[in-house]
Amino acid sequence: MDWLIVGIILTSFVMLGASRLASCIRMVALQGALLSILPLLAKPSFWDFHGLLLFVGSFTIKALAIPFFLFRSLKEARIKQEVEPVVSLHMTLIGGGAVLVLAFSSFRFFALPTAPFPSLIVPAALATVLIGFLLLISRTKAITQVVGFLVLENGVFLFGMTLLSDFPLTVEMGVLLDLLVGVFVMGIMVYHINRTFDHIDTTVLSKLRDIE
Amino acid sequence: MIFLISSFLFLLIGSLLSFLCRCEETKKWMALGGVMVGSVTGLIPAVFVLAGKGPLSSSLPIGLDLLSAFFLIAILFVSLLTALYSWGYLKGEPHMTVYCTFFPLLVGAMEAVVVARDGFLFLICWEVMSLASFFLVTAEHETPKVRHAGWIYLIATHLATAFLMAFFVILFKKAGSFAFDDFVRLSPLSASLSGILFLAALIGFGTKAGIFPFHVWLPHAHPAAPSPISALMSGVMIKTGIYGILRAFTFLGPPPLWWGETLIVAGIFSAVLGVLYALMQHDLKRLLAYHSVENIGIIVIGIGLGFIGRTLHNPILQLLGFTGALFHVWNHAIFKGLLFLGAGSVVHATHTRAIDRLGGLLKKMPVTGTTFLIASAAICGLPPLNGFISEWLIYVGLFRASQSLSQLPLFLSVAGVVGIAFAGGLAIACFTKVFGVVFLGEPRDPTIDGVKESSLSMRVPMGILALLCIGLGLYPQFVLPVLISICQQLDPSLLLTSALNETFSSLSTISIIFVMLLILIASLLIFCRFQLKSKIIRKALTWDCGYALPSSRMQYTAASFGEPIGTFFRVLLKPITSSRADHFEEHVVDLSERSFFAPLFQRANRFLTFVRRQQRNRIQDYLMYIFMTLVILLLWEVWFGI
Repeated sequence: MDWLIVGIILTSFVMLGASRLASCIRMVALQGALLSILPLLAKPSFWDFHGLLLFVGSFTIKALAIPFFLFRSLKEARIKQEVEPVVSLHMTLIGGGAVLVLAFSSFRFFALPTAPFPSLIVPAALATVLIGFLLLISRTKAITQVVGFLVLENGVFLFGMTLLSDFPLTVEMGVLLDLLVGVFVMGIMVYHINRTFDHIDTTVLSKLRDIE
Repeated sequence: MIFLISSFLFLLIGSLLSFLCRCEETKKWMALGGVMVGSVTGLIPAVFVLAGKGPLSSSLPIGLDLLSAFFLIAILFVSLLTALYSWGYLKGEPHMTVYCTFFPLLVGAMEAVVVARDGFLFLICWEVMSLASFFLVTAEHETPKVRHAGWIYLIATHLATAFLMAFFVILFKKAGSFAFDDFVRLSPLSASLSGILFLAALIGFGTKAGIFPFHVWLPHAHPAAPSPISALMSGVMIKTGIYGILRAFTFLGPPPLWWGETLIVAGIFSAVLGVLYALMQHDLKRLLAYHSVENIGIIVIGIGLGFIGRTLHNPILQLLGFTGALFHVWNHAIFKGLLFLGAGSVVHATHTRAIDRLGGLLKKMPVTGTTFLIASAAICGLPPLNGFISEWLIYVGLFRASQSLSQLPLFLSVAGVVGIAFAGGLAIACFTKVFGVVFLGEPRDPTIDGVKESSLSMRVPMGILALLCIGLGLYPQFVLPVLISICQQLDPSLLLTSALNETFSSLSTISIIFVMLLILIASLLIFCRFQLKSKIIRKALTWDCGYALPSSRMQYTAASFGEPIGTFFRVLLKPITSSRADHFEEHVVDLSERSFFAPLFQRANRFLTFVRRQQRNRIQDYLMYIFMTLVILLLWEVWFGI
């Protein structure tokens, strides 16, 4: 199971370093796919109904539907394919490394029961949340904001995994619903900004500032 | 307990239903009916507890002991009468929705604050109370002044809540739970910790109570609010601050000497400065608001005296201080409620709060005028009314203190006597001004006409409160046992000594003297009437003074009353005057507003403008702030452990 979690962290790093929007979206799809496998492995029997339902649900949303919509808005908005980071990609990669160190050095203090997952899952979740945040901070385009938000949500989903045995369905469905709502809001934003200003750069929102 | 919970339910349902229904008349019925029924059901258990049936507790984190019941009775009684008064007051008033929704909510929140037995619940109810009263203060939000007052109130009350949060969180960290019972078990705390907690409680609760220099919101918020709400806020809501102080000190263990001393100093400043500023006001309700500061000061002096008594193991000081303070809580609720209701009637009839535009109202509004006069006499501490008794108890306590204490406490008790006496004297001057200008003389402003006496539902509550002023003044023994048992609840080791019984038994002598005084006055009046019956009575203009054609502009005005005192205390008050041959104006700006809060907020504003310039208003920046906070908190929690 470790390779899945490592894969999740690696995909977040690829997103941090990717310079093209399309590869970012592909990576977030891959990350969603990896995540959705996790609940399947949680149960002793592979064909557990609940695990299967969760797999199908999260796979459809995280790995298929959301990337599809993102690609579509990418095509419709006819935006440039570059990521346009605020700080250079190398810097964000180093930041991601720092975040990873922080997450792994501090996870001992979270007394979370992680069974049946390896204890690696807690720092991985923390790192994913923080990397999602880094993506949100360091990118300007609205579409990359959505991607960052998705990574953040994936981290929350990972945290949720540790509670899978205690609060099975409610937590997960809550997470998925939350995600969906978030993406829709962002999607509307993307559409709106695109229509109004002909590009989807969130820095333009600063026209709304209160004092000059 | 079932009564208490159903009382909450009535209040909440009243608030909700009046919010939901459309028709104005139904709204009024729902809200005021809810408050009345809720108050009556809530009063029942409170009266039972005060009658000595033992405290109530339940599985919920609420409970009713003597201290809570004492404040609960004041709160619900004034609410009941205010609801009755509102029936007449709301006729033709706009802003029904705000008023009817938040009035029951405010009453319910105040009730919850005094019965909460859990720090968390307490804070929530405290916030609900503050917010409900904020919406009521800003009910007439069309006026910029009202909005300004609303903001000042909101900021002040939230600063206070911040201190209270610190207070409860520190206690929680120590006790491991938010339950009041666990807090009580904590004592004794270390001296430095309890000192910090004391200051947090004093600032937090003192802001709500209106202790100098944290009173700045009072003179803004009270005039802005609708009059029945001012009565409720000034009469009882600020008393939740006093309740908080008393309740907080049950957690903190035996007080060191400086607590009592601090309280007395704060009390003296509140009392003297409150009344000085009151004298300089031209707005009827603003003046009354400053008198709340004065009376809270007197209450705080009493509490401070009680604490000094407790520290020095002097039961007489303790009892006299606490009983005086607690009794003054009730009395102030009664007469200040009455004064604000009276002011409300005046404002309702004349549509102005400016004292200098009113005049000669006693002839047109006899009931309002008479009850206002009774309340004015009571607030000045004149015998034979209730204000005298509570101030007398504090006076006796302070005199006893000056006999038995030494050094700083001695100085403070003497200063306390002088302070209360000074405040009392100025209060008489102040209410002479108010009553003289507003109710006596001739109408000053010809544009105000068609003034009528207020409706029956407004007169009845004022009458009841006025009767209570007289009743509690003549027969204070009725309340004393209750007050003493509350003191015993505050300090279980308190012993009743013979010297004490002596002091209290002198109260019965006082009431006999009062009754005789009243009989004397009454018989004199009857005698005068009888004498005058046979003679011809010629009615002339007031303030005639030998002029052939006096005009109403020749009368004394509020400014004429205030000017000598303003000149005398000009170092402190710094009055701004503008005078011409035919015109004189004088205004004062509050000391703590002028030299503490205004510079503070100006500096804060300057700094924050600098910060605001720095921001580039990008989503990424804000997200980065969140990110940094998260990481710092994470590091802190992980490496240091909060």
